[in-house]
Amino acid sequence: MTVHTFIDEAPETGPATTPLKAGRATSDIGEANQWTLVWYKFSRNKLALVSGVAILFFCLVGLFAEFLAPAIPDASRPQFTNAPPQQLGFFVTEPDGSQRFQLHVTGYAMEVDPASLRRTYVPDPEQVVPVGLFVTGAPYKMWGLFNADLHLLGPTEAGDTMYLLGTDRLGRDLMSRLIYGTRISMSIGIVGVCISLVLGVVLGAVSGFYGGVIDTLTQRVIEVISSMPTIPLWLGLAAAIPLTWSPLMVYFIITLIVSLFGWTGLAREVRGRFFALRGEDFVTAATLDGSSERRVIFRHILPSLTSHILAVVTLALPTMIVAETALSFLGIGLKAPIVSWGVLLQEAQNVRTIANAPWQLVWPAGAVVVTVLAYNFLGDGLRDAADPYES
Amino acid sequence: MPTRPASAPDLAPPPAPAAADDDVVLSVEHLSLDFRLRTEVLHAARDVSFKLRRGKTLCLVGESGSGKSVTARALMHIIDRNGSITNGRILLTGEGEPIDIARLRERGRELLAVRGGRIGLIFQEPMSSLSPVHTIGSQIIEALQLHRDLNKKAARERAIELLGQVEIPNPEQMVDRYTYEFSGGMRQRAMIAMALAADPEILIADEPTTALDVTTQAEILDLIKRLQASRGMAMLLITHDMGVVAEVADEVVVMHFGRIVEHGSVDDIFYAPRHAYTRRLLDSTVKLEQSRRAAPPADAPAPRVILAARHLTKVYGTTRSWFGRETAAIKAVDDVSFDLHAGENLGIVGESGSGKTTLGRMLLRTVEPTSGSVTFFGDGEPVDVLGLSRRKMRDFHRQVRLIFQDPFASLNPRMTVRDIVGDPLIVAGKASGRELDRRVAELLELVGLDPAMRERYPHAFSGGQRQRIGIARALALDPKIIIADEATAALDVSIRAQILDLLLDIQKRLDLSFIFISHDISVVRYFCDRVAVMHRGRLVELGPAEQICTAPREPYTRSLISAVPNPDPRNKRMLHRTRFTA
Repeated sequence: MTVHTFIDEAPETGPATTPLKAGRATSDIGEANQWTLVWYKFSRNKLALVSGVAILFFCLVGLFAEFLAPAIPDASRPQFTNAPPQQLGFFVTEPDGSQRFQLHVTGYAMEVDPASLRRTYVPDPEQVVPVGLFVTGAPYKMWGLFNADLHLLGPTEAGDTMYLLGTDRLGRDLMSRLIYGTRISMSIGIVGVCISLVLGVVLGAVSGFYGGVIDTLTQRVIEVISSMPTIPLWLGLAAAIPLTWSPLMVYFIITLIVSLFGWTGLAREVRGRFFALRGEDFVTAATLDGSSERRVIFRHILPSLTSHILAVVTLALPTMIVAETALSFLGIGLKAPIVSWGVLLQEAQNVRTIANAPWQLVWPAGAVVVTVLAYNFLGDGLRDAADPYES
Repeated sequence: MPTRPASAPDLAPPPAPAAADDDVVLSVEHLSLDFRLRTEVLHAARDVSFKLRRGKTLCLVGESGSGKSVTARALMHIIDRNGSITNGRILLTGEGEPIDIARLRERGRELLAVRGGRIGLIFQEPMSSLSPVHTIGSQIIEALQLHRDLNKKAARERAIELLGQVEIPNPEQMVDRYTYEFSGGMRQRAMIAMALAADPEILIADEPTTALDVTTQAEILDLIKRLQASRGMAMLLITHDMGVVAEVADEVVVMHFGRIVEHGSVDDIFYAPRHAYTRRLLDSTVKLEQSRRAAPPADAPAPRVILAARHLTKVYGTTRSWFGRETAAIKAVDDVSFDLHAGENLGIVGESGSGKTTLGRMLLRTVEPTSGSVTFFGDGEPVDVLGLSRRKMRDFHRQVRLIFQDPFASLNPRMTVRDIVGDPLIVAGKASGRELDRRVAELLELVGLDPAMRERYPHAFSGGQRQRIGIARALALDPKIIIADEATAALDVSIRAQILDLLLDIQKRLDLSFIFISHDISVVRYFCDRVAVMHRGRLVELGPAEQICTAPREPYTRSLISAVPNPDPRNKRMLHRTRFTA
């Protein structure tokens, strides 16, 4: 027979817990809004967090390209073609043998191959080129608005050379070109996605909310668009751009072309979410409260979608960047004097460059890879954190 | 990584069992389970000890969050990744050497042999616990071949035999059917067959009938009980329903926030509860066995009709053939007529698929009726609801409100409580600014919530509190009628009674009528004056609540009422229930 036992205490009022960290009050969670909860969840994903920092870094580099670049991207010095990267040093040895702090790069010694008469450069540790922070250098027009000549890092004496990432076949500083390219490549993704976003959200929302014929029609259009092979189509459209157009104009047309095919995935995602949310009880409740369709969409459904849209957009950005790079690499995208990562890659398109000056390929390609990876990790993290309310 | 205190004894043979304890097949000793959450460690089970005996049923009772399910799953070493066993032993005695399950390695050979081989598990959701892409037979055969050395042919024969044992008709044919061809009750039977495939010594049933209708529940419990008796298995049944406990348990363990607060024989628990929580749990269960509504005095004036439904019908899946002929697929609601009186509570009961929810939605026109009429007698002229324009519908929706079943899905998680409760007022243009704030505070007070909490978001509230928020939203526009669609189904028993009392209390203060849709007969009996019973889309019986619950006229109603478990172990109702065949 079972013994009848019980705990001779009053019932407890809540679950037994031990806080992991003392201090942080758990009660503030009640007043935390959607974005705070998303941030709690997102910040636990360290990889996504690091990626976010990397993206921010690239954006800042693009934003302050003129100041950060040591030189003007088009300034070429024919006597230093295909020069290898110079090493940044911190201490110089004085003639008396003592060490002194001085930012510097080592100069070049030129050697001429007697057989082919080709000039090659090797870093010469004997030559010291002093460099400094916040130096005056080549004048530029900041954001096209005002004149300035301050650079973050550069040789202290004008005429000295500092090629931290080497030079290209015309003797232009690769580092400066890469920094200017960051501006174009990062912005083409963001501008392109903005166009896609408007198209995708509007068409997706209309399609998902009303359903029926409108939905069928939109979906068929999306299917037709996504069934087209993209590269030949881009090629065709880009080839149709008149040669007489200014590089800036070409830039806008290229973003438009890239984004015209990027919105379909976004529209589908938004439509799917709308379908799911339309059946939710709280949306029915809003309708029964007497809310108009507009109010239901903008006050109840769209706020539930924003974090999801943000995640999808982040995942769409790298495809834009890759598309621009591909077009420019094929020689039908952006053209000089505009510098983008794709343009830089196109210049490194031959075997001689890869054999003799691999830095011209490594750095732009590395930038593309790092950015695309960072966007993907960030997007994955956002997607996982986008719905903080699911259990 | 589970940490064990040094004091825990090593795996030594258990203390010489007393002669009376020969029947013990599994003993849980001082089991503690911890779960690591974002900011804290949750002690989901604390110092839990009990024994399972051959041929006996132990019921683990508790409300949501009491740790009953995690404890039961820990017996098979099924623990979520953020959880760990911090203390205690789970000794599987019975045949051969005793095994401490708490120490078995995850994915170890020994653990796999125990899972399904010596302990069988039945889940709550028969809809999601069976694979949709395999036949029922192949799933049972897989379980058989994992634990028994059988060839394909012998396993198939055994599977057919098992399906026969769980009383599935035509087992030879059903063995090759897919999951979707089985109803909920049949799936649960198939699930039981699978759990029994390897002749386990112990059967763990985790809320096996919660997702099922009362009549199906009675059949399944009946079946489990008989199978257990014939096989001499020990059973651990997890449930929140005291009625089910009274019907099937031998021994009862009451859990509350991770602790066992009371443990005893079923008779002791029901007739001599010692712990305050057990008493509270029983009180709220027993309370729902009576009616809170006073019978109207005999000389009362004829009640005024406030809503009249006539011949309401909803047909789904009508397909027009190429020659213009219409073929009806499913009649969800079939020619239903009733009146709702002012100040009255009308209950609509029925099992799943009886059309009760569709009926409620048709009254609000969130589902358009195929035919019939709804007339609303408000303050002015009678209103033909089905003929209203969209603009006029808004007016109607302000007077007839809906309370939802799911307190989690029905509140927008991205809005504060103030915005949620105030939304209907803003939309109706009735209040703004300070006035809105005052009105929201008033409404929250009316439903028993602290108005200071109105800046918080829904995730800060428990299920019962959220349902109160939903009620406040429904009351915001001074409605005449409230349709409550399974408004208490997702809540724990003790909170269920609180919410019903709240609604009755509000009704006294405001001039309200309720249409209460529920599958739970005790809730309807407690709350309603009159009850309409629905079955397969038709209204079977309509009458005073007391009469329907004590002296039903129709055979279907009789079978439905008699299948409701009675929370009294000395008077088991389910075993001699009347069955309805149609």
